[in-house]
Amino acid sequence: MFYREAGQFKTNYRSDQAIFPIIQDRWFIALVLAVAFIVIPMFANEYWFQAVLIPLFIYAIAAIGLNILTGYAGQVSLGTGAFMAIGAYATYKLCTAFPDLNILIIFVVSGVFSAGVGIVFGIPSLRIKGFYLAVATLAAQFFILWLFNKVGWFYNNNPSGTITAPPRELFGIMITGPEAKAMTRYYVCLIFLSVMALAAKNLVRGRIGRSWMAIRDMDIAAEIIGIEPLKTKLMAFAISSFYCGVAGALFIFCWLGSAETEAFDIFLSFQILFMIIIGGLGSIMGSILGAAFITLLPIFLTNVPPMIGIPIATDLSKHIEEIIFGVLIVFFLIVEPHGLARLWQIAKEKLRQWPFPY
Amino acid sequence: MEFLESVFILPFLDIADSPVFFLEVVIGGVLSGVMYSLVALGFVLIFKASGVFNFAQGAMVLFSALTLVGLMEQGVPVFLAIILTTALMVVLAILIEHMMLRHLVNQEGIILFMATIGLNFILEGVGQIAWGSDVKKLDIGLPDTSFEYGDMLFNTLDLSAALIAAVMVTVLALFFQYTGTGRALRAVADDHQAALSVGIPLKTIWIIVWSVAGIVALVAGILWGTKAGVQFSLVLIALKALPVLILGGFTSVPGAIIGGLIIGVGEKVVEVYWGPAFGGAIEGWFAYMLALAFLMFRPQGLFGEKIIERV
Amino acid sequence: MNATSNAPETLLKVEGISLSFGGVKALSNISFDVRKGEIRAIIGPNGAGKSSMLNCINGFYHPQEGQITFKGETRSQMQPHEAAKQGIARTFQNIALFKGMSTLDNIMTGRNLKMKTNFLWQALHLGPARREEMEHREAAERVIDFLEIEQIRKTPVGRLPYGLQKRVELGRALAAEPDLLLLDEPMAGMNHEEKEDMCRYILDVNDQLGTTIVLIEHDMSVVMDISDRVVVLDYGRLLADGTPDVVRANQAVINAYLGVTHE
Repeated sequence: MFYREAGQFKTNYRSDQAIFPIIQDRWFIALVLAVAFIVIPMFANEYWFQAVLIPLFIYAIAAIGLNILTGYAGQVSLGTGAFMAIGAYATYKLCTAFPDLNILIIFVVSGVFSAGVGIVFGIPSLRIKGFYLAVATLAAQFFILWLFNKVGWFYNNNPSGTITAPPRELFGIMITGPEAKAMTRYYVCLIFLSVMALAAKNLVRGRIGRSWMAIRDMDIAAEIIGIEPLKTKLMAFAISSFYCGVAGALFIFCWLGSAETEAFDIFLSFQILFMIIIGGLGSIMGSILGAAFITLLPIFLTNVPPMIGIPIATDLSKHIEEIIFGVLIVFFLIVEPHGLARLWQIAKEKLRQWPFPY
Repeated sequence: MEFLESVFILPFLDIADSPVFFLEVVIGGVLSGVMYSLVALGFVLIFKASGVFNFAQGAMVLFSALTLVGLMEQGVPVFLAIILTTALMVVLAILIEHMMLRHLVNQEGIILFMATIGLNFILEGVGQIAWGSDVKKLDIGLPDTSFEYGDMLFNTLDLSAALIAAVMVTVLALFFQYTGTGRALRAVADDHQAALSVGIPLKTIWIIVWSVAGIVALVAGILWGTKAGVQFSLVLIALKALPVLILGGFTSVPGAIIGGLIIGVGEKVVEVYWGPAFGGAIEGWFAYMLALAFLMFRPQGLFGEKIIERV
Repeated sequence: MNATSNAPETLLKVEGISLSFGGVKALSNISFDVRKGEIRAIIGPNGAGKSSMLNCINGFYHPQEGQITFKGETRSQMQPHEAAKQGIARTFQNIALFKGMSTLDNIMTGRNLKMKTNFLWQALHLGPARREEMEHREAAERVIDFLEIEQIRKTPVGRLPYGLQKRVELGRALAAEPDLLLLDEPMAGMNHEEKEDMCRYILDVNDQLGTTIVLIEHDMSVVMDISDRVVVLDYGRLLADGTPDVVRANQAVINAYLGVTHE
């Protein structure tokens, strides 16, 4: 009853094109943002920041990146991990080579590097489609990680082979390195996510987003109405890799602190792919929901059963997690290929009629 | 300079220096290639018949091997264990058809592919819970001794593996080409709905295909498992089968074999002779890069069918 | 009936086009022209090569022989997106809409070539990007108005009935403001009323916008009613070329349709 759009007429195209045309939606988003920016930091503790929220935001950024490539543009990619690695290693090299350069600029430049490599590995997409393309991205995944592993220059030849985030400040506050507080890092990631999600939403509802979806739905027809396939696909690869690169940089610099190439392996690529399948292909909101779901599930599985009296051993719970993921993926693909995002929309539509049955 | 030398000159000198060793490396590659071919074969079967790219093939290999070992550990005699595992794979095929494929008739390839990724995780999880996740030794009585012939070292296990694979592949190739069921399978691969409308029992066909693929998976699992122990890396082999399929073409049974051999030999040779120049572990990506090159210049592989798109 | 100037200007000329697929000759030495502002029908029994002819005109197929002159420029081959840039738009026999998008979005993709702002502005959705989006939204809405499909503008096209989908596809082609509109069986599978609507739209487009139209159609009454001139193909060869009355009386055409055996 309270969720009705009756009476909300749009008098010009501008308001019709708004991201959240329905007023109730706007209130809801405002609420979510308020909670994220104000409420949570008041109550969350170190554990929640470090184990749940920060990775959630970072995965969400990567998921948005992958969704742009796979969900909107229809190009299957299994190389997400590698593109995140590029962002991380580029940030590392830039930080160590230019100690005075502003860390924000470094993050953005690393994203650009990642975009550049993404374009290179996207070139095959003109001739290859579907899961054949997935193989090309696998080549990227394995080759790039091998490169970072073998060529000492990438990790400044330090004997352990890991890269560690050097401490860096922004506006006088420490945001990376051991001194950086969890809350600071939380805000950095939250701001990046908010800005990048908004940018992504703007892109997908405009000309570029439509050309991506046209290529995804029927690339022959798209070409015939004038959309250039190679340019469009490469743009998708570039922007997607940019997002993954930034996510990778934040991964090391604002979350883990240090890592080896294993952190970016094929299993990470699969994880992000699951996030967008469950969350909803072709949906920005879905990417965030999927990231939330997959980040929270293991926490749920380790914490809830003991609370209701069923203890589960750690490796058993890991296997159960795997099974649940698998089942959910198959379930969503069968029942609702548009994932949680669509379920959310359906729920909203039901809400419009509530409490009436129709 | 030294690097260039080690890439363009030294490897060839090494080969010329000791042709016998080179032959040994090649043969080792052939044998691992045969393994890849077997797994790729499972893919080809399912793809040919249903157009589904079964990402879960690797998991099926692992699952079948785990089940076999698990049964044998419980004291079940080898012969019976194999029969039981085969039956289980057939049941699995029926379940897959019933719970998954039926609902995804005529969806696009990407959706099916991702569904099989999900299937992969389910099988892995279940297999590991049921039978534990440590490495297991699999011994079904295949002879495993080494002997010398001329100057080269051979191993009976590897040879039996190659032989079994060869037989399997021949039987399957003949089956596809010359039987009525084989023809029905090819019709289904082309167009599910059209096949349905000429009365081909889609359900039955899919069950047959997945069962056969399951059996192929079991054979692959036995052979790999006996050689290397049953463990996780079997799943990554599924990933390696992708380049094999690209080289050989997704719809060709002989293609799967030749593709597997090329990748197997290629990997070994490149790793042994060119590996040192690059710091080793080239095997990890060589197959994919090769596949990538093929995709650029000959997307249908060596034997696959060229797809003409009509509007 | 339909506007043509005193000295009819040729918009499209097709000369000596031959097209084969493997061993099958789809088109043999086809030549005809299309005048600016006219409605030209291509008819013929099934398999005559009509769709192939359209595909050659918009660059999707590349004929082995012959050349095509459009707006004064002659070429033997071009890519589909170049054809689009030059002002050729088309619809397809088996609807080629973007099923995952709404009607409005589909029509907006037709405006794609006219939208120029780069991705940075788009990401911000301010200034030039926003103005451009509004401008083209208005153009798309004009097309939506014209085709009377306002109520379905936000519906995903995959859910629309066949007749409406065909109309949306026409809308997408019109959104590009083409000089030459190629319609491949725009009325296939429609009932009588839908056909009348479609005829009305086609005639209006030709009348009000002056768009030149080449259409493939099986319904003879439609063809005779709305076209200025007709080309008849059979087995990839040109059988007749002229006004509807002339073509209707042509013996070879009558034979083709009634199925007299070929020597």
